[in-house]
Amino acid sequence: MAPVARVRVSAVTADRSTAHRARPGDEIDWTIPAQSGPPEPPRPPRRRLLGGRVGSVEVLAVVLVLLVVFRDPISGAISSPRLQTWTTVFVSVMVQAIPFLVFGVALSAVIAVYVPRSFWAKALPRHPALAVPVASCAGVVLPGCECGSVPIAGSLIRRGVTPAAALAFLLAAPAVNPIVLTATAVAFPNNPEMVVGRGVASLIVAMVMGWLWLRLGRADWIRLPHRPDLDGASKARAFWSAVRHDVTHAGGFLVLGAMAAATINVLVPERWLLTLADNPVLSVLALALLAVLLSICSEADAFVAASLSQFSLTSRLVFLVVGPMVDLKLISMQTGVFGRRFAARFSPATFAVAVLVAVGVGAVIL
Amino acid sequence: MNRQAQGVVLLLLGGAVLKASVTDMYLRYVKEGLQPFLIAAGVVLVAAAVMTLIYDFRADRGGSDDDHGHDHGGTPHHEPRVGWLLILPVLGLLLVAPPALGSFAAGQAGTALASQEVSDYTALPEGDPAVISVLDYASRAVFDQGRSLGERRVQVTGFIAAGAEGEPILARMILSCCAADGRPIKVGMAGNAPVGLPTDTWVEVTGRYTDRTGTDAVNGERIPFIDVETWVEVPPPRNQYE
Repeated sequence: MAPVARVRVSAVTADRSTAHRARPGDEIDWTIPAQSGPPEPPRPPRRRLLGGRVGSVEVLAVVLVLLVVFRDPISGAISSPRLQTWTTVFVSVMVQAIPFLVFGVALSAVIAVYVPRSFWAKALPRHPALAVPVASCAGVVLPGCECGSVPIAGSLIRRGVTPAAALAFLLAAPAVNPIVLTATAVAFPNNPEMVVGRGVASLIVAMVMGWLWLRLGRADWIRLPHRPDLDGASKARAFWSAVRHDVTHAGGFLVLGAMAAATINVLVPERWLLTLADNPVLSVLALALLAVLLSICSEADAFVAASLSQFSLTSRLVFLVVGPMVDLKLISMQTGVFGRRFAARFSPATFAVAVLVAVGVGAVIL
Repeated sequence: MNRQAQGVVLLLLGGAVLKASVTDMYLRYVKEGLQPFLIAAGVVLVAAAVMTLIYDFRADRGGSDDDHGHDHGGTPHHEPRVGWLLILPVLGLLLVAPPALGSFAAGQAGTALASQEVSDYTALPEGDPAVISVLDYASRAVFDQGRSLGERRVQVTGFIAAGAEGEPILARMILSCCAADGRPIKVGMAGNAPVGLPTDTWVEVTGRYTDRTGTDAVNGERIPFIDVETWVEVPPPRNQYE
């Protein structure tokens, strides 16, 4: 059992002494620590089928052969329109997200392997309360969707960036960047104030959450998957290991989120929603919840918001602010990358702050 | 899930993404503009898989790599088991290859015309009939009260979906990012409307503007009508979304 790396982070930088030091000849292993609870006793070695001769590759091969053999019955089983639409939506969420995931994972591997720790100490203000707004604004210039920013934020924390700043970046990057704001302007040609409202509200939420983390956050809520110290490995090897690990890991959680989003998409007919449109409070809550459930990527949500024209502009602004920060696929990926204890606190808090800030900003400028 | 298995899954995923993006299959799920990024992502995935397998192979042979990362012997690893789920999109792309959104999705959502309003409508393209998109027709009919359509004959292509009373209507899905945000544009058919066609049949409809409108049962938005003169059944277009 490899040691479970727990990241204890002081207010300013990660406490490096807790990082796992590799000895020469140490294996690079990317152990996933237990997701929650106190440190566990070492697990017994996993039982191996047939004395260790049957590994994952063999299982995988059997599964794939079975699937190819039973291809026709499987296709037949999902030929009902509802299931077919589910499959289409699931596959398309994955296809849409994969370039962003791979881009984010590659960037986070670059951060992990090629950017020295000292860079972040120089680039960010020493005081964490100041690092938060700087990191939020750094998120603005990086065009990306939410699937990419989760591994990047994980990598930043691992490289010693104060979690508050990394989390502010995590929230700001997908919500306010040039592509997303342009899409919003295109979707609301008659309401340019929506663009301003979205940018302002999202930045405020990112900074508030960063500062909240400084006051209330506890470093042991975050449990990053164990990463090796890279002293022993060649840089190229470490880079590809990081890419391989993060794609399988974050990608697996992305699949979970995509399945949830496809289910909501198929099961919840729009007309249920529209009965809530007339009530100002219910409409805000309904669209906030819808943003969480639908998990539409931040570059597209403005068009969906625009088409929900029965709802007030304020409630649609809430939809646009909540969506890129809290949604099913993000919750799933955050659980994977930061741990369950983190996601269970961070996502509801972000949801509440995002709803309140968006309503406030909406009241002022819409 | 050990490293080789991860390598194989990544190889399959990268291969599936590449296969979908070099054929027109990706158009069923995402916008055309995503293609270069899909190809790049597929190449990176395949490269990551190949590098993983190469490093693993070398380590297995007990080569000079002193930081070998193989999975046999010693303590078992707790590699991300959630990675197994990545087989699902591979299956979806390689085995199932679900079709583009059709009449079921169109019936679930209200017509999305309201999000597409523009302030001025330029003249119709040359030709008789003028070939325009369903979205273009619908927004000229609703927001421009048909002024820019005038008496011209227009030709639109869409698929058959069921209207409020089960009557056939013409629909086309519009995408802004991927099929998860796909929304229908619906146009009612008056005059010589096609009858007896199953839903999801693609038709090319030629007709003129009529001021008749209906109401979408889902979201109460206005649905414009087209006065059909002729129609023909056509194969689905290369890109089924607008």
